[in-house]
Amino acid sequence: MNKKSFGSRLVAAPYIVWSAIFIIVPLILMIYFAFTDTDGGFTFANISEIGKYKTAFLISIVYAAAATVITLILAYPMAYFMTKLKISSQRMLMLIVMIPMWMNFLIRTYSWITILSNTGLINSFLGKLGIGPLKLMYNPGAVILGMVYDFIPYMILPIYSVMSKLDKSLLEAAEDLGSNAFTKFRRVIFPLTRPGIISGITMVFVPSVSTFYISQKLGGNKTMLIGDAIEYLFNLGPDYYNVASAISLLLMCIILVCLFIMNRFSDEDDGGVIV
Amino acid sequence: MKALARIYIALIIFFLYAPVAVMIVFSFNSSSSVWVFEGFSLDWYTGLVSDTLMLNALEHTLIIAVMSAVISTVLGTAAAVGITAIRNKFSKKAIMSVTQIPMMNADIVTGISLMLLFIFIGKIIGLKESLGFFTVLIAHITFNLPYVILSVLPKLRQTNSNLREAALDLGCNPVQAFFKVIMPSISTGIITGFIMAFTLSLDDFVISYFTCGHYQTLPIIIYSMTKKSVKPDAYALSTIIFVAVFVLLILYNMIQTKNEKRKMPVRQV
Amino acid sequence: MKKISSVVVCVCMLLGLLLSGCGYQYADLDLRGEYTRDLEGTTLTVYNWGEYISDGSEDSMDINREFEKLTGIEVNYLTFESNETMYSQLKNGGVNYDIVVPSDYMIERMVKEDMLAELDMSKITNYDLIDSQYKNIFFDPDNKYSVPYSVGMVGIIYNSAQVGEIDHSWKVLWDEKYKDMTLNFNNPRDAFMTAQMILGQDVNTTNEADWEEAAELLKQGKANLQGYVMDEIYSKMETGEASIAPYYAGDYLTMLENNADLKFFYPEEGTNIFMDSVCVLKNAENYEAALMYINFLLEPDIATANAEYIGYASPNTAVINNEDYYYYQNPILYPAEDEMPEVQYFHDIDSETRKKYEMLWNDIKLY
Repeated sequence: MNKKSFGSRLVAAPYIVWSAIFIIVPLILMIYFAFTDTDGGFTFANISEIGKYKTAFLISIVYAAAATVITLILAYPMAYFMTKLKISSQRMLMLIVMIPMWMNFLIRTYSWITILSNTGLINSFLGKLGIGPLKLMYNPGAVILGMVYDFIPYMILPIYSVMSKLDKSLLEAAEDLGSNAFTKFRRVIFPLTRPGIISGITMVFVPSVSTFYISQKLGGNKTMLIGDAIEYLFNLGPDYYNVASAISLLLMCIILVCLFIMNRFSDEDDGGVIV
Repeated sequence: MKALARIYIALIIFFLYAPVAVMIVFSFNSSSSVWVFEGFSLDWYTGLVSDTLMLNALEHTLIIAVMSAVISTVLGTAAAVGITAIRNKFSKKAIMSVTQIPMMNADIVTGISLMLLFIFIGKIIGLKESLGFFTVLIAHITFNLPYVILSVLPKLRQTNSNLREAALDLGCNPVQAFFKVIMPSISTGIITGFIMAFTLSLDDFVISYFTCGHYQTLPIIIYSMTKKSVKPDAYALSTIIFVAVFVLLILYNMIQTKNEKRKMPVRQV
Repeated sequence: MKKISSVVVCVCMLLGLLLSGCGYQYADLDLRGEYTRDLEGTTLTVYNWGEYISDGSEDSMDINREFEKLTGIEVNYLTFESNETMYSQLKNGGVNYDIVVPSDYMIERMVKEDMLAELDMSKITNYDLIDSQYKNIFFDPDNKYSVPYSVGMVGIIYNSAQVGEIDHSWKVLWDEKYKDMTLNFNNPRDAFMTAQMILGQDVNTTNEADWEEAAELLKQGKANLQGYVMDEIYSKMETGEASIAPYYAGDYLTMLENNADLKFFYPEEGTNIFMDSVCVLKNAENYEAALMYINFLLEPDIATANAEYIGYASPNTAVINNEDYYYYQNPILYPAEDEMPEVQYFHDIDSETRKKYEMLWNDIKLY
């Protein structure tokens, strides 16, 4: 018996070796870079350098948080209404939500320029109505819109999948006990869908806070998010790897802290614990 | 209420598909602008034929997506089987936590840390260029693995462990037991994992950006295009991919629904 | 399941159909140099700026294909967007190329850092076509490492239909009349130049205070800008999304083809002149093919087609003196001596100063 399960355990060995080399070692290397100078000597200089990027960190977090909240507000009713449909339409809708994810997100983001720009579709339509061009692009709103757009499927899908598994009898019980719609939502639906919300929030927040493309295209390169700063520094060459690693390290820590806090709210212990 | 729900759903779908529609419309533009529509033409579709840059990139993307999905499915399924067999709670938890890192971490951090590793190794063994096909493949396998593992694990947990014991008692060796008994019951998990891996790899931009060297995949080419003036040819290629995916998925969904309907009465018997 | 597989077959067939047709018509070339097929089957990796070679689009000549047909050498052609990204990719050892096309100051730096190979000029027989004013330039005084590819100057492009006539000065980028209508370069060296010209500085100053002053000016101007762009400027200026922007003269001519309202001037404060030259890397895998490729680029037929496609001024006398050349004696590309603006080349600056301005640029973007 023991021998048999030893054999089973052994098949995980290639993966364990793989993850050690390609997950653990790169992170160690990044930490090493963050705490050394270009000659390899130990230093805290890179860490103190981070102070310069505090606005970039702040803006990134604020934008990502705004995008996450908006996504949640948009996605939650969507998921809820989806569960009210016939099973076959539900499945079809789920596909329809997923399909844009198969398209290259750079192209989809770029298409927004055609829609939003001063000479774009919305403004030329408004122009025909005699309303002057609105400034829809090159501002924080456009960057947040880009984030909401690119990542909203990651919010809809987990919430929907939790919601569709809700036990209908619980809702009926709540109604029988005289709950109105709001209490039913607050006391029954919301708590039960929390795992979906939590995974949705993480799946939207993490890519939003670290993006380096959306701000370049929709924000006119004027606001530097933390992802843009990291990309800029890495593109300047090896001299800047140390500082860039330090910033990346801090970004990772911020993300881990956020995930840790999120996990506290989640009562699911199904392998979902990190750190 | 019903009407409201329908309108809301329609609005969200409109939001999701507006840029896709713009892309499709402008892929038929007769001028080279993706901003002003001047007339209908198929030029950009026929022009794709001679666009070696884009076709090469598409080929690279497909090669990487297929290879990384296959390798990560095999490695990941094996890992899931192994992890289920591990009894020690601590080591199990440690492995699971490490597994989640590439999923949870920002792509840019994963990409950069892998790039640092590849360049470091390249310097040690004295390569003239350390980034290329193998590094992008390794990077893709690395971020695909957790998704495969996490879609196979729950299926394994649901599998009755007695089944395996029974198979072993009936004279199967462990390998046979796996393929004859366990494999069929976790196959849906494996397929889901494979599809997810394939999709993620196809669409990945950030991690490839830092690890691909000049083995440029389609998202990389598109990125460098959006730095200049995107021409409708990029839209044309994306439209072809979109239509292919759309048709395949919708058909797949319809067939599945039909199959289920057909199966229903059998179950009731 | 059958349905799915039949769909897959259909899609594949469709793709196959698309791929089987072939669009490009090879040109009939009249060549000066000698080209052998000795290197048939080898690969040559070329790293050039984006949109910087005639590539067969819009009925132009596909230079790489012509070279492949002539020599049997496969050209692996890749593009970069700034001297700095090219340099950093080479420097970290992530990638390697045979041919690169950096600008003046970057060539100076790469020569200093021993990254470039000396060219065997006996193999580049067409080098005599290069106009003598483009030889022996500061970054390559003995013409050992580089062969000029194209030259140009930076000026300001504006949409006369939107802003009418404007002052011929860099200051228009700071003018609040044009708030949200102007663009500036998204790369430090060029963007700093626009401010340095207003301040009357030497663009190669090593005085930190100068750079800080210029950075301060750029910070002030940031709110006035619609954005920082590089080649995205094409679509923004052509559609009228933005109205005023500094860019390279050659690109203006390309934009003009798509929007006749666009006008151009060289600012009175002076401007930057640049020369992009073809170099071979020390680590090149295919040195001989690289020389052959450089010689091919200098062929009168090729150089003319290329200069017409790119729209930049050519250093090649076979192009400049060709009366059939589309931009023959074009006043913007080849200004007469009395029309010539005051110009400064970028030089490689010591690494201290470079780091200084790279970080100042970072601050401007973070600001």
